[in-house]
Amino acid sequence: MPEKKLDLLQGTLDLMVLQTLAAMGSLHGYGIARRIEQSSGDAVLLNQGTIYASLVRLQQRGWISAEWGTSDNNRKAKFYSITKRGRKQLAQEAAYWQRLSSVMGRVLAMQDEGGDR
Amino acid sequence: MPKTDSLQGSLDLLVLKILSRRPRLHGYAIMTAIKDWSGEVLRAEEGSLYPALHRMEEAGWIRAEWITKDSGRRARMYELTAAGKKQLSAEESRWQAVTSAVNRVLRTV
Amino acid sequence: MSLWSRIVNVVRGDRLSREIDEELQSHIAEAIEQGREPAEVGAAFGSPLRRREQSRDIRLIPWLDSLRADAVFGWRQLAKKKVTSAAAILSLALAIGACTGAFRLIDALLLRPLPVANPERLYALAREAFYDGKMQSFDQWAYPSFQLMRAAVKDQAELIAVSYGDRTDLTYKADSEMEKAVVQYVSGWMFGTFGLRPALGRLLTENDDLKPHASPYAVLSYDYWNRRFGQDPKVIGRTFRMGDDLYEIVGVGPAPFTGTETGTVTDVFVPATMHPGAIHDDWTWHRTLAQLKPGVAVGPLRAKLDATSHAFEEERAKGFTGMSKEFIEAFLGQRLVLEPAAAGASNLQSEYHRSLIALGVLVALVLLIACANVANLMTAQAASRAREMALRVSIGAGRLRLVQLVLVESAILALLAGAMGGVFAWWSAPFVVGMINPPGNPVRLDLPADWRVLGFGLALTLIVMLLFGLTPALRASTVKPASALRGGEDPHTRRRTMHALIAAQVAFCFLILFVAGLFAATFERLSHRPTGFSPDRLLLLHTVAQREEAPVFWDQVAEHLRTVPGVATVALAGWPLLDGNAWNGFISVNGAPPGPDLAYFLAVSPGWVDTMKIPFIDGRDFRPGETAPGVAIVNETFAKEYFKGENPIGQSFAKTGELPCKVVGVVRDAPYRNVHEPILPSVYVPIRRIDAHGVVQPLSGATFIVRTSTANPMALASILRREVPRARPEFRVSNIRTQADLVRAQTVRERVLAMLALFFAAVALLLAAVGLYGVLDYSVLQRRREIGIRMAIGAQPGSIARLVTAEIFAMVLVGALAGVALGMASVRYIEALLYQVKAGEPAMLVLPSCTIVAAALLAALPAVFHAVRIDPVAMLRAE
Repeated sequence: MPEKKLDLLQGTLDLMVLQTLAAMGSLHGYGIARRIEQSSGDAVLLNQGTIYASLVRLQQRGWISAEWGTSDNNRKAKFYSITKRGRKQLAQEAAYWQRLSSVMGRVLAMQDEGGDR
Repeated sequence: MPKTDSLQGSLDLLVLKILSRRPRLHGYAIMTAIKDWSGEVLRAEEGSLYPALHRMEEAGWIRAEWITKDSGRRARMYELTAAGKKQLSAEESRWQAVTSAVNRVLRTV
Repeated sequence: MSLWSRIVNVVRGDRLSREIDEELQSHIAEAIEQGREPAEVGAAFGSPLRRREQSRDIRLIPWLDSLRADAVFGWRQLAKKKVTSAAAILSLALAIGACTGAFRLIDALLLRPLPVANPERLYALAREAFYDGKMQSFDQWAYPSFQLMRAAVKDQAELIAVSYGDRTDLTYKADSEMEKAVVQYVSGWMFGTFGLRPALGRLLTENDDLKPHASPYAVLSYDYWNRRFGQDPKVIGRTFRMGDDLYEIVGVGPAPFTGTETGTVTDVFVPATMHPGAIHDDWTWHRTLAQLKPGVAVGPLRAKLDATSHAFEEERAKGFTGMSKEFIEAFLGQRLVLEPAAAGASNLQSEYHRSLIALGVLVALVLLIACANVANLMTAQAASRAREMALRVSIGAGRLRLVQLVLVESAILALLAGAMGGVFAWWSAPFVVGMINPPGNPVRLDLPADWRVLGFGLALTLIVMLLFGLTPALRASTVKPASALRGGEDPHTRRRTMHALIAAQVAFCFLILFVAGLFAATFERLSHRPTGFSPDRLLLLHTVAQREEAPVFWDQVAEHLRTVPGVATVALAGWPLLDGNAWNGFISVNGAPPGPDLAYFLAVSPGWVDTMKIPFIDGRDFRPGETAPGVAIVNETFAKEYFKGENPIGQSFAKTGELPCKVVGVVRDAPYRNVHEPILPSVYVPIRRIDAHGVVQPLSGATFIVRTSTANPMALASILRREVPRARPEFRVSNIRTQADLVRAQTVRERVLAMLALFFAAVALLLAAVGLYGVLDYSVLQRRREIGIRMAIGAQPGSIARLVTAEIFAMVLVGALAGVALGMASVRYIEALLYQVKAGEPAMLVLPSCTIVAAALLAALPAVFHAVRIDPVAMLRAE
């Protein structure tokens, strides 16, 4: 595990939020953040602002929906859940991510080929 | 999710890696290398490559030099600096960390 | 290194752009070579210009680059109108230089703190009393009084006695090698209180100052040690003879300390108790300084010192005989004051304080006039700048960028002017000090050109830049692109500003001319004040004898001098007129109680009146055998005051405490010690004096007054200096001056002030005229359509001229009136510098007014000429 917490690009964070909601169902913002941190083995740095920026973005694109409810300690909070469009988007993005990370992995592991093209 | 988004984060990493394996390339060759090595999956947007190269040049990770090709045309060749080598390994480990974190999230249900 | 390379790239901005372009083009060429379609490449690549700008902004510092671009643009703007730009820069340079030079002087003389510990807690003691109808200030103290005061305030402050630095004769070897050095008698604890450390040996301490005449030790100043001894370390232990005493040099002071008399560099410090006046109650000979301890309040301290001093004087007054009641009242009514002395205390300061401030104000006004000129210049150029502004606005420049554009142009002007001004300031301050030098006692004022002055100059340049650059900048930044690109905005607001500035310029110009006129008239009247004697061809030989010598021996020397070719007459006097020395006393006529005013005495030999060429009104000169007390010659003022219009010849009067004398002659008035004060009642008594037993008193020093037949008296100086010891070897000439020099020295301040004020008045007039010309010319340019049309429909040249100049002359009138008001208001502050000149005198007001009107007319001529020469046909056709 790296010593420093990682900052994430917005796209990557969006992907993780969608995945979390798809797996956990309805969650409020704080719960999503906690869940991501846990799942990643506490490697990821999330602050309140980043999570909510992501949630607003995903809402605007119609990939998640929100409604008011009460949290565990009886507080009023907005709960988010993934939409049908969101699930389709999640599948696409997850697939792209796999491609990207595997290609990047290959490139990073590449040995010296030598010679100009 | 726009593709350029996730690539911009890794464009630096790609360029540094490419230059570590194939020193002294000009901008067009770097762009071609990215395309080739990723099997056409990744494509750097042509125009935004140069600002990125110049930014890395100013940061001291790569250095550039004009050479005259046989055809008589001049080309600006880039190569990795010592600081760039260090930056490359930092970026690589960072990439590994991000990838493993994201993958862990994606795998959990 | 990245920051550095980005800064460097700003400088090679154009080359950078070309290089990036080349790289981008080579990319596109490579793509095409690889067989891709040019259109597709172009689409994929995006706009090359945008890409180039993106890269460029990464590789240099954008705001620095914008500054550079603005600087280039500003420089081109200035270069387009070389003449106006040069005029603006030169006038600003002169003004900034004069201001900085004036600051340098004021700082060196009045502001810069002494190089001692805690100068801000240093004060000088003075007494104020009401004598002769006005409040006067005295800063001389007697040593016993000083000792009492010091003891009284021991816990709150340390009092230090410091004598006035005088050029004194001393000798290091045999008597024949007399030299002059500036000697100060100072309290032994002065060096300790000031926290000074010696450069060599030791400094004086309290132990050196305990008993009168007990410690003949001396400390040299570093400056003197450097100048006279070349920093010879073996100077410690050397002795010198001064007067009757033999002193031993025990140390050298620290480098920056030259005494507390600003304007004089002290060479030798000796203990105060070595001064012959240290034991006398009634001999006042030194300044008193007070170094307050931390936290001590000035008010209560002053009261305590006042009380102690008062008690001392009251005790003294008990012993007064023969003084009028009014005098004693005024004497006891003295009030002690503490004046801040962080920058030292000297006569030079008190003499020139007001003059320097007045000059500073004049110079500041000249600067304002110059700024107004440049502001008008920048406003007039707003039109040519508007297009560039509009262009920038249309590609998205913010307001700040537009303001920056104008400010950068102003900055270039200001910096060029500031640099040139710095040179002028560097030269001018020592030049003015050189003008002040009184003969025989040169002013040595340290004029450091250091960070304070540099900082002032830079701050001034910055302020100047904002003064004339900010308003045009702010106004230009509100430009609307469409109207600007079409050809210009409404010029009305611009005109109003320019007119207001003209009015202000005229007002300031008038004020400067007015004040300069007052100073010039003062100098004129002062220098032409009749001296009552003929000062030309008079040589003064200050002579001392090793021991006191009888008057007959002095006469012998005089006899010998008369035989020297070129010498017309020789006489002897205690000191010359206008020397600054004074010997006075109260007069009682025919046994009546003494009058309230002092009369002034001078001991002279027979023939002195004739040598000085003072006309006799009645009576005769002294005869060779006559002695004092016994006979006296008085002047007109004395006769009028004490004998009330009767003929004083044959009448008697007495100086209080002395035998009466008989008046044998009345002579015309002559100033005794200062041409600024009214004529003092003067009594000339024989230099041959007898005591109560009839024994003739010997003299140790006197001045030979020599009238030469040659036009230049100084030509005989070295000959006469040799001849005096030839006559009698015990006699020696210690100083030679001319009477003309003494007279000239009296009016030095007025002369310097008048010269400088007139110079700045000329500069101000020139600047205002140039400014007026510029504004008129611009106005004609702006209104050429209107003028063309009017001429086409038959207007006469006269009415065109009126049209063009009417508004401007209205402004000139307003400005002149404002100037008059300012002038009247300011007279109160400079009254102390004037001599017999009333501000309300018609000539003083009329002359500046006429000058300004004449200058305005001259300035207007070219513009009017342009206006009437406009060809209406060509004008209308060009539309």
